[in-house]
Amino acid sequence: MIQEWLDERLSVSALSEMARKKEVPVHRYSIWYYFGGMTLFLFVVQVVTGILLLLYYRPSAENAFESVQFIVTEVQFGWLIRSIHSWSANLMIATLFIHLFSVFFLRAYRRPREMTWVSGVVLLFIVICFGFSGYLLPWNKLAYFATKVGTEIAGVVPIVGHTVLRFLRGGDDVTGATLTRFFGFHVAVLPATATVFLAVHVLLVQLHGMSVPPSLKDQNVSKMKFIPNFLLRDLIGWILAIGVLAALAALFPWELGEKADPFAPAPAGIKPEWYFLFMFQTLKYLPAKILGMDGEVLGIMTFNIVALLLFIVPFVDSGPENRKRRLIFNIIGVLALLYIAVMTIIGYVT
Amino acid sequence: MDREAHNTGFLAPVLVAALMVLALFTVASAQKKSSCIECHVKLNDPRLSNPAKLFDNDVHRGRGLSCNDCHGGDPNADTSEAAKDPGKGYLGKPRTVDIPAYCGKCHSDANLMKKFNPSLRVDQESEYYTSVHGRLLKTGEQRVATCISCHTVHGIRAVSDPLSSVYPLNVADTCAKCHGNADYMRAFKIPSDQVTKFKTSVHAKALYNKQDLSAPTCNDCHGNHGAAPPGIASVANVCGQCHARQADLFQTSPHKAAFDQKGLAECIACHSNHDIATPSDQMIGSQQGALCVNCHTNGDKGITAAAHMRTRIDELIASINKSSEILSVAERKGMEVSKPKFDLKGATDALTHARVLIHSSSTSEVDKVIAPGLEVAGKGYQAGLDALAELSFRRKGLAVSLVFILFLALLVYLKIRQIETRQRIAK
Repeated sequence: MIQEWLDERLSVSALSEMARKKEVPVHRYSIWYYFGGMTLFLFVVQVVTGILLLLYYRPSAENAFESVQFIVTEVQFGWLIRSIHSWSANLMIATLFIHLFSVFFLRAYRRPREMTWVSGVVLLFIVICFGFSGYLLPWNKLAYFATKVGTEIAGVVPIVGHTVLRFLRGGDDVTGATLTRFFGFHVAVLPATATVFLAVHVLLVQLHGMSVPPSLKDQNVSKMKFIPNFLLRDLIGWILAIGVLAALAALFPWELGEKADPFAPAPAGIKPEWYFLFMFQTLKYLPAKILGMDGEVLGIMTFNIVALLLFIVPFVDSGPENRKRRLIFNIIGVLALLYIAVMTIIGYVT
Repeated sequence: MDREAHNTGFLAPVLVAALMVLALFTVASAQKKSSCIECHVKLNDPRLSNPAKLFDNDVHRGRGLSCNDCHGGDPNADTSEAAKDPGKGYLGKPRTVDIPAYCGKCHSDANLMKKFNPSLRVDQESEYYTSVHGRLLKTGEQRVATCISCHTVHGIRAVSDPLSSVYPLNVADTCAKCHGNADYMRAFKIPSDQVTKFKTSVHAKALYNKQDLSAPTCNDCHGNHGAAPPGIASVANVCGQCHARQADLFQTSPHKAAFDQKGLAECIACHSNHDIATPSDQMIGSQQGALCVNCHTNGDKGITAAAHMRTRIDELIASINKSSEILSVAERKGMEVSKPKFDLKGATDALTHARVLIHSSSTSEVDKVIAPGLEVAGKGYQAGLDALAELSFRRKGLAVSLVFILFLALLVYLKIRQIETRQRIAK
């Protein structure tokens, strides 16, 4: 009765039919299929814990730190929600990177999945913006100076840099105005944008199904049902993720630090979050001048260009299979991974 | 048309030349001539050339004054004789005994000083004559300090100039030039170890190590122009300039009358004078090494009060340390305890206050601040205990949750196996 009623209005049976028919290829690389779902799950954790934090968080230079302090000390299980939000954010970025590289190496972005890749890259940048804006919200010393340095780097970009810097900071300096607008980005602009792109991304995945790596195309790849076989496996991953998050929150509660003081000197050895560390370390190594150009500007522009190049990956690696091109793409991918890993380790050690 | 152009061409160079000559005259007349400096810098005898060289950095030169403003004479004259003509007010080098008046000519003239530095005092000369230096000078003693002994001469710098001999960081060394010289001081029968002792003091640590210019140096206690050792009666006033609360409390304490009766110099009887050490809690009490036992005997009212105050202070210190320790443990384990840590500062403040109140010699006054201090420290300890209890609750909670989570994962796994077995059979 209810099903009929719903079916008439929402075509539920068509949707459930589509879901029932959906299949996932089973092969030696199948494990990588789970990282997209894991990222999505951690995103949901972020939304839920974020909404809970919003119940107490107050976005102003005068109250932000105190409200987070209140959350972690006075609010029942506030410490758990805040720690899970912070840990889950970091794990989400980690799974997102794994997802990105696995799609890259398995070349799952190829026709007809170009737009899935593009929407994924957009989501990557949205998530990075989430990380950058959320980091400032507790208004502690480290966050304050990290934002100062981060926005300064944005300000170095030629022509538009200063305008971008002023737009991000809401003035010439990092102040309460910066905090309020970062809060706005973090809880309104970015979630809205992320929802749109996430919907497109997930819809496209449903439309095209899981990609089988070109190297396995000729083999007879078996398949498993998405519902319930694959989804239940996903579920095990998500349940275990909750366990990991709970353990991290209980054993390594996310630090709050000291309240930001704009008049205090920057603490020594200040470093950005780990996912920005490889870029930060690169900028530190660049000489002041390269071919007459400012080294830092050149470095930042290079990162921007690399970010833009990510979008065109499926359009460059198009057409019929080509061993030579596949080799070049694999080498580029491995080098990029090595570069990120080495620079991040150096950034941590030094 | 052509003729006009020709005339203009002729007039222009003449006009430019005239303007240049006029400009040269203007520049030449604007520079004040000083034949004193012109000649003296060239002299071979350093006693005669140094004043001219040093004057470059002199504060008076900066204010537009020159040699003749102190020494008289005519700086416009071309010969030495004409420049040093007594008829033109030439005074030459003043005798030691005349130096205060020599400087006082301007520095004691309020109307004149206003033009240069309206905030500068004009009583230095009269103050000087109240000092031991000034009084001795009046008796004909030439070996005492006059203005130039401390401020130097010709290269005089403003007190605020870090290179000045009377800049706070340099005062002690300036005084030590004479007061640190045992041979020189022998004639006056006074010790010469004051500056050496001062440099070991808590005041010197603040002044030199922390570069805290508000910390006292010689002149802050002895006065500068009216320098004299403070007598027994005025020591408390001198120390009380900065340590006002302690001085006030001492005045109301039973020690005041007792010290007066025994002729003890108030503050310095316990703290000494030049080598004032960083005060410690060891100074009070009935134990060996405490200062109280120097006058009090075991069992008397004073020693009982001292022992009580010491016990209470030790009690508060122990309580603060205990709280601070447990909060640090909780913090190291990742608990957020910045608020109780901040609140604990209330107990530290109470401790500081109690240490000040010792000067009243009143056990009840000390008790009044120790009690709330102990309460604050106790709350800090409780907050630490709570944080550790919360940590233990979290870990236990985690263990229980993990069991449930793993169990749930296992159930799903079994479900998958069940489903897939059925699927295989169905195939």
